[in-house]
Amino acid sequence: MKQLIELNINGRIYEVPVDPRDLLVDVIRKKVGLTGTKKGCGQGDCGACTVLIDGKPVLSCITLAIACQGKKITTIEGLVAEDGSLHPIQQSFVDHGAVQCGFCTPGMILTTKALLDRNPRPSKEEIKRGIAGNICRCTGYKKIVEAIGAAAETMSAEGVK
Amino acid sequence: MNKDFTQVGRSVPRKDAPAKVKGEAIYAGDMVLPRMAYGKIKRSPYAHAIIKKIDYSKALALPGVLAVITGEDAPNKWGIVPQTANEVALAVGKVRFCGEGVAAVAAIDEETAEAALDLIEVEYEPLPVLLDPLEAIERANEVRIHEDAPNNILHVGEQLFGDPDKAFAECAYVLEREFHTSYVNHAFLEPHTSLASYDPQSGQLQVWSSTQVPHYLHRQLSIVLEMPMSKIRVSLPAIGGGFGGKGEASPADFCAALLSRKIGRPVKVTYERSEVFATNKGRHPCHMKMKIGLDKDGYIQAVDFDNTLDGGAYAGWGIVVMFYTASMIHLPYKVPNARARVRRVYTNKPTCGAMRGLGGVQPRFAMECMLDEMAEMMGISPYELKMKNAIESGYRSVSNLHVPHTEYKKCLQTAVEKSGYLEKHGKLPFGKGIGLAGGYYISGTAYTLYQAYKPHTTVLIRVDTEGGVTVHCAAADIGQGCNTVMAQMAAEALGVYYEDVHVVSGDTELGTFDLGSFASRLTYAAGAAIKEAAEQINQKLKEVAAGMVGCRADQLEIKNRRFYSIFEPRKNIEWEKVVEAYTNTVGTLVGVGHFSPPRLKGIDLSRGVRVQGANIGHSPTFGFSSQVIEVDVDLETGKVRVVKVTEAGDCGQAVNPMSVEGQVEGSILFGMGQALYEEMKLSPEGKILNASLHDYKVPTAMELPEIDSNIVDSYDPTAPFGVKESGEGPIQPTIPAIVNAVYDAIGVRFTDLPITPEKVLKALKEKGKRIS
Repeated sequence: MKQLIELNINGRIYEVPVDPRDLLVDVIRKKVGLTGTKKGCGQGDCGACTVLIDGKPVLSCITLAIACQGKKITTIEGLVAEDGSLHPIQQSFVDHGAVQCGFCTPGMILTTKALLDRNPRPSKEEIKRGIAGNICRCTGYKKIVEAIGAAAETMSAEGVK
Repeated sequence: MNKDFTQVGRSVPRKDAPAKVKGEAIYAGDMVLPRMAYGKIKRSPYAHAIIKKIDYSKALALPGVLAVITGEDAPNKWGIVPQTANEVALAVGKVRFCGEGVAAVAAIDEETAEAALDLIEVEYEPLPVLLDPLEAIERANEVRIHEDAPNNILHVGEQLFGDPDKAFAECAYVLEREFHTSYVNHAFLEPHTSLASYDPQSGQLQVWSSTQVPHYLHRQLSIVLEMPMSKIRVSLPAIGGGFGGKGEASPADFCAALLSRKIGRPVKVTYERSEVFATNKGRHPCHMKMKIGLDKDGYIQAVDFDNTLDGGAYAGWGIVVMFYTASMIHLPYKVPNARARVRRVYTNKPTCGAMRGLGGVQPRFAMECMLDEMAEMMGISPYELKMKNAIESGYRSVSNLHVPHTEYKKCLQTAVEKSGYLEKHGKLPFGKGIGLAGGYYISGTAYTLYQAYKPHTTVLIRVDTEGGVTVHCAAADIGQGCNTVMAQMAAEALGVYYEDVHVVSGDTELGTFDLGSFASRLTYAAGAAIKEAAEQINQKLKEVAAGMVGCRADQLEIKNRRFYSIFEPRKNIEWEKVVEAYTNTVGTLVGVGHFSPPRLKGIDLSRGVRVQGANIGHSPTFGFSSQVIEVDVDLETGKVRVVKVTEAGDCGQAVNPMSVEGQVEGSILFGMGQALYEEMKLSPEGKILNASLHDYKVPTAMELPEIDSNIVDSYDPTAPFGVKESGEGPIQPTIPAIVNAVYDAIGVRFTDLPITPEKVLKALKEKGKRIS
């Protein structure tokens, strides 16, 4: 028998019926209908399913939905501003050519958000370490690292959170 | 480069980048259709077995299960190379690799489909398993994988040019070495996914698939489902990477389509990561023997190449890869005498296929490492040896490859100068090393893969007052950015801005014919077709504009969205006004362009067997690359760290330099992965032991070295917009440059990939023993 739970996703409360075994990624993608979060491996190895839970990056494909009640979940859809303009991290990825097939991108951007929240001025090594859990097969990471560095500068300058 | 270009040569951000960063790009797995069901495939646990019986009655009885199919429901063979097509949607009679699909289920949700798989009872009679190609040939009398291949060999190729034996006898330096490359997988992030929707009333099938080749998928669906192509439509959603692994159809496509037709509802099949590994179609492990002979001055006189390709269970791309490896020895150096003996062997492993730089990476590894060693034999720098032998524009190889344009020497020069190779090579402390390698790849060609000489790419450009400029072409943007590049080239040809151009691609109904995204062909092919289509449009518009400004049509040029009289530039008019005038008087304006690679005569790919269609020999041009790589070998752990890569590439005119860099950087990490970390490992029973992204080690951001990439100033005058390729050339030098660097660091030449820490420690230990 399914349980009705409340999930706070991108600042909105969703009431969803879940089985205790339901994975957060599946609930987000199929029940709530936010398909920006991707499933690359289903085993917590690639990082494509990364969402933020209370600001920390979490692999949603190995997280139970039921364990996320009462927490603030942020998916990629939650990053865009109210007026539709891109978050500086998103804009930086576009400008620096850090997006090719785009499948790793949502997870990569959310990991970046968490990284810059806890370390607003990361060194190149700290950036690499920060995104080490997000696999990208297309870009070779170089432009992603550059985009993150540039975003950090923009965000510090503008005082953006 | 051409400095007059305004749209080609711009590093514009990709058209689809904003949607992707917002999570709004729609991939096949994101799509939901009304009444959509979910499909799952039951896979064989045996690498080689006869299927005695399949009983799926219990599965059908499970509530929520809508249909079950087996191989018998669609026994037609398919295959990317029609002459060797021996694959089926689901196994018929026997399974030939661990993980081969034997049945498929459609159910109302994924959990029910998975539960149903467990209820399908399959009785197997296991057969002996062959995991090594040499063993497969030896034991072919006892164990035969395919009935029509009595020696377990798919095909053999023999090519002879000149008199290598005579040349070797006269050479001052002769070296013979053996090389082994590993069993690697593309590891694209998006698993194969296919959504098929069959409408019983119209008999129309629409398939949304994560594929690189809409056309080939279209053809294969027609063959397997026994439906005319005109009743099938293939549409591409956003694609999460391919690298060759999605360069053919997959059982996901067939099962989704078959199930959908059976139940009259849409069916979506998404692979788990383990299924992606089981499907494989990755790089062929090669057991190569190469012999090179140099004269006393260091000029290559002969190359002898022998290659046994471990092809896995089915044919797939196999025969093409095999012939490519043989062809690859003829460039980028002058080789006057050559022999190649190649064979592609069946084994009971997930099939190998096309993987970035197909057929080039393996022989390139062998040749670049051997030349490095031979330079040492001669006492000269590898740079000097390579420069000496490097080809120049206009070169025609003994195998009749024609290179209209190359900046290969400039690539070598640039990489060497910028990296300080000559100052560092042989002079760094023990454990640190620097290595040089070069490479090339084809551009603009493709194997039509069936006996037709029709154009490989057709582009339709539509200009009207409502849409502006729309480019239609069923080309596949798999993340490499071809939509952006096509828009840039169309804008350049029409005299408008990149931002004005819409691209409709990846749909066999909405777009005109394109062979697919593989063999680095698209920029060149689409560029040529776009140029032709644009010229038709420009001609028609000029005739109208001429009347409007008061001059002759052939005295007009179009730039920055205006028509100008060349002799009186103040006589000019806005582009939109001309389009409006034309549309009002005649109607919507359409131009169509076609591209076919040139057919060169005299290419006999093997004695006695003529393979139809185009192949490497028909490549109209080639891209080149050179890399200098610095490594740091940890003498205690054996770990090889790539510290810096200096790259210099000749991609002709770079249409989008930022995109070119993206291809180069991605290629370097891709090559590093195969050189140092990646390898699929099998149990003695033929099961992949590391079928996960945890245990199959692809490079992460931590492995990112310093990369200095350089686009060498180049422009191929025979190519549309001067373009060549950049998707598969830059990966060619990476592996040998690393291997040569490791030699420079610790004095060991590895001939067996990947270079794991264990191999390094073992080699250091043995070296230590020999010294003491």
